[in-house]
Amino acid sequence: MIVADRKSLEEILAMVAGNTKILILGCKGCVTVCNVGGLKEVEILAASLKIARKKAGTPLDIDINVLERQCDTEYVAQICESVNDYDAVISMACGVGPQFLSEMYKTQVFYPGVNTTFFGGATQHGVWEERCAGCGTCGIHMFGGLCPIARCAKSLLHGPCGGSSKGVCEVNADTECIWDAIVRKKMELGQLEDLMGVRGLKDWTSARDGGPRRSIREELVQGNI
Amino acid sequence: MRLSYSADIKIIQVPCTGRVDILHLLNAIEDGADGVYVAGCLEGECHYIEGNLKARRKVAYVKKTLVELGIEPERVEMYNLSSAQGARFAQIANEMAARIKALGPTPVQAPLVKNHTAA
Repeated sequence: MIVADRKSLEEILAMVAGNTKILILGCKGCVTVCNVGGLKEVEILAASLKIARKKAGTPLDIDINVLERQCDTEYVAQICESVNDYDAVISMACGVGPQFLSEMYKTQVFYPGVNTTFFGGATQHGVWEERCAGCGTCGIHMFGGLCPIARCAKSLLHGPCGGSSKGVCEVNADTECIWDAIVRKKMELGQLEDLMGVRGLKDWTSARDGGPRRSIREELVQGNI
Repeated sequence: MRLSYSADIKIIQVPCTGRVDILHLLNAIEDGADGVYVAGCLEGECHYIEGNLKARRKVAYVKKTLVELGIEPERVEMYNLSSAQGARFAQIANEMAARIKALGPTPVQAPLVKNHTAA
């Protein structure tokens, strides 16, 4: 799912420096799963901000709420009655949340409380790793179920670069060289031949490179888009 | 054992320090506590296996948060002792009380209301 990291308290305090009453809005989706924007984390952030502002002598009144998801107007609409009661709102959802909120409530200020980073999963409790770059043309089956677009620093398609050493990427000692892993897996499966051919140029227009994307299920769309 | 220890300590009993949450510690600081400490079982002897280990990680998180907020991280601490160690309990209480006295009152004060305007 989408993984994010909370912004530093310093940065968040700077955002609401001039405010006296704010709302911190969590999300029960991805940010709850990666323990950064769910109810517990919203309460912790509220307590931390209150401590800071109390210490500074400028108390901050904070309300908290958690929406099912902030990426659906149906849920975003649920706060319509109270959203403008605040000087500002901190959204703990991924980048989609503050934008959906801003689009619906045009006169309110929505601050992002987290930095949204990647699509990934938990490899152990408390650790999330990137697995997908959203390139729009998935071909992990060609690489033994591992994605070199997301997991190779250079998104290479034909094998490791010269910087691959002892299964580790030259960019970061903590990063495994995914090409090392792909080749090993294919060798173990006796399918190394599959990696031998030269692939055609990847079509990057389906990725971010092609501009903001849209996904449509025509069978579900009512009326005009 | 009838040992004396600092009267400045308010004890809150929990079945396991694993029950203590980050929010409990932060709320204590927010509500004006000069310090908070968590006293859990000796590591490896937690009845619920890892509750005391989790508590230690939560205390570490709160210490980190306090540093970000410009508050002394020494105001929050984790201790491990067996429930049979009465003397150690008293020693920890006195040690923490002395530490907090040395640090002074909490920097998180409610603003003093100086002028009351009658409604």
